[in-house]
Amino acid sequence: MAEVLVYVDHVDGAVRKPTLELLTLARRLGDPVALALGAGAENTAAVLAEHGAVKVLTSDAPEYAEYLVVPKVDALQAAHQAVSPVAVLVPSSAEGKEIAARLAVRIESGIITDAVDLEAGDEGPVATQAAFAASFTTKSRITKGTPVITVKPNSAPVEASPAAGAVEALAVSFSDAASGTKVLSRTPRESTGRPELTEAAIVVSGGRGVNGAENFHLIEALADSLGAAVGASRAAVDAGWYPHSNQVGQTGKSVSPQLYIANGISGAIQHRAGMQTSKTIVAVNKDAEAPIFDLVDYGIVGDLFQVVPQLTDEVNTRKG
Amino acid sequence: MSLRIVVCVKYVPDATGDRHFADDLTVDRDDVDGLLSELDEYAVEQALQIADEADDAEITVLTVGGEDAKDALRKALSMGADKAVHVEDDDLHGSDVMATSLVLAKAVEKTGYDLVICGMASTDGTMGVLPAILAERLGVPQVTLLSEVKVEDGVVTGRRDGDSASEQLQASLPALVSVTDQSGEARYPSFKGIMAAKKKPVESLDLEDLDIDAELVGLAGSWSAVDSATQRPARTAGTIVKDEGEGGKQLAEFLASQKFI
Ligand SMILES: Cc1cc2nc3c(=O)[nH]c(=O)nc-3n(C[C@H](O)[C@H](O)[C@H](O)COP(=O)(O)OP(=O)(O)OC[C@H]3O[C@@H](n4cnc5c(N)ncnc54)[C@H](O)[C@@H]3O)c2cc1C
Ligand SMILES: Cc1cc2nc3c(=O)[nH]c(=O)nc-3n(C[C@H](O)[C@H](O)[C@H](O)COP(=O)(O)OP(=O)(O)OC[C@H]3O[C@@H](n4cnc5c(N)ncnc54)[C@H](O)[C@@H]3O)c2cc1C
Repeated sequence: MAEVLVYVDHVDGAVRKPTLELLTLARRLGDPVALALGAGAENTAAVLAEHGAVKVLTSDAPEYAEYLVVPKVDALQAAHQAVSPVAVLVPSSAEGKEIAARLAVRIESGIITDAVDLEAGDEGPVATQAAFAASFTTKSRITKGTPVITVKPNSAPVEASPAAGAVEALAVSFSDAASGTKVLSRTPRESTGRPELTEAAIVVSGGRGVNGAENFHLIEALADSLGAAVGASRAAVDAGWYPHSNQVGQTGKSVSPQLYIANGISGAIQHRAGMQTSKTIVAVNKDAEAPIFDLVDYGIVGDLFQVVPQLTDEVNTRKG
Repeated sequence: MSLRIVVCVKYVPDATGDRHFADDLTVDRDDVDGLLSELDEYAVEQALQIADEADDAEITVLTVGGEDAKDALRKALSMGADKAVHVEDDDLHGSDVMATSLVLAKAVEKTGYDLVICGMASTDGTMGVLPAILAERLGVPQVTLLSEVKVEDGVVTGRRDGDSASEQLQASLPALVSVTDQSGEARYPSFKGIMAAKKKPVESLDLEDLDIDAELVGLAGSWSAVDSATQRPARTAGTIVKDEGEGGKQLAEFLASQKFI
């Protein structure tokens, strides 16, 4: 059967959820072959096999951490050559997109980014994309080369489907370009213990209506009661109330959770671009005319300082 | 020696307008007003700041797009860029990112450069991959998604705030940079800037000038194809409740009914 190359996003061997979702999609197209790079690459094999990887190619070298993006492109290109896949799937992270894009140039193939679904078609994989702040849905194909497709988190269920997952070391020779951009230092982001924003099933966000960094604990408390990630509008981020890494929207993270709760957020087009594909949308806003109410499944016109703590208490009580 | 900076700027349909696709499934650029992609304003701003710090620098703004795309160039010139290059050709209609990047790469090379600066993404296609592709095509280091950038003694350094870490990056010129909207507010054009822009040179190039075969660009020359575009059905009107003191509890009831609690 045809093979599909899947690029693995992992942290020291811990595979991130979007990669497992990719394996579900990959199985619709063929047999997944996974490529894991860097420290801990071999430790990814068990979970990848459990989710359908027939083979796991691994490579570790200091270059992956010391230089930006290109060494990983070299490795993906080597894997492409070794496997001759019918498609290459990469998670739609900032780095994932850049790796996929440079690979596509090298192998003279078209690229589709930010797919939200993927099906096998007569003329190769058909990708669904959300366009213009998710007001349109498009279906696209690659017409030249090996389809290179990046897929957004939460685009497919994670499904177990045990396969061999035989580990094989991949030989990679680095290009001259590999060492072009040095990573002088890397400061890991401190973990909050909350779910990753893009992967979370529930996201609770705060906007300008939260009115100060000191009030964001209300949003965090609600998030914690629901086991949710915390998001913020750009207005809240620009005001310095919450870190940019939590921004939801066009220039922040794009999220697609089961439930999105917007508190004190008006619903500007750039914010909607990052959350409009959420399954269920809830808003708390004191302005009945706020555009966010056009999107909601359930909305409360009210003061978030009243509604949010009451909701948090109620959730905690019900959880008992 | 002069530092040659080329800034890529895209002309896009206004996001607050009613954006949609034309019959051939390309972006309808006639029905909605266009403007300089707001995220490219940050690229122009960083170019101006880098030029200010350099002994001698020249900023060229470059766009690939139809006749109207000149507006984007004018805006960038009125912010303070020195000159503009406009690549326009009927055969470019419907180009995907591979075709567009091919044209941009040829135009950048023809213009001559030490540093190319892009926005982090356009506000229409929003792929966010063109800068990496352009760096690959040009064979220069990419220093992308920077929230802070500095150029000194032929070396570019910058900070990239990623999902899991913040990185300090460095590359030697020639190089390609892309900047995020965290890099610093873009300036407004002054009246003087707007007047001056009218006199600045805008060079027009077509495919022949760039020695590009028309078969490599446009809808037919693209390596990706859109088969369908459908408007998302408007969300069915939700329940909206005015808080009379029990709003939080009512919301909890809704969440429980949907099995979120
Ligand atoms: C190029 C570009 C990119 C952008 N990218 C993003 C992005 O990624 N993400 C993003 O979010 N924005 C982005 N923006 C900004 C966007 O246009 C809006 O300015 C921003 O989303 C507004 O944030 P907000 O809704 O929190 O604030 P506002 O629009 O000021 O809304 C605040 C809301 O809070 C309500 N409120 C106030 N007090 C209370 C209270 N006590 N209780 C309940 N409700 C209350 C108000 O009624 C109002 O509706 C971008 C803009 C541009 C130009
Ligand atoms: C909704 C939508 C989805 C699309 N999906 C795909 C797809 O999956 N695959 C594909 O191949 N094409 C796709 N396209 C086409 C693609 O967006 C265009 O070819 C575009 O010129 C390049 O992509 P971008 O603007 O999205 O680039 P981005 O990577 O988002 O742009 C980054 C930066 O590149 C520069 N830049 C981009 N275009 C130009 C230009 N014309 N002139 C000057 N500078 C420029 C700007 O500095 C910009 O800030 C899509 C277009 C739309 C509207």
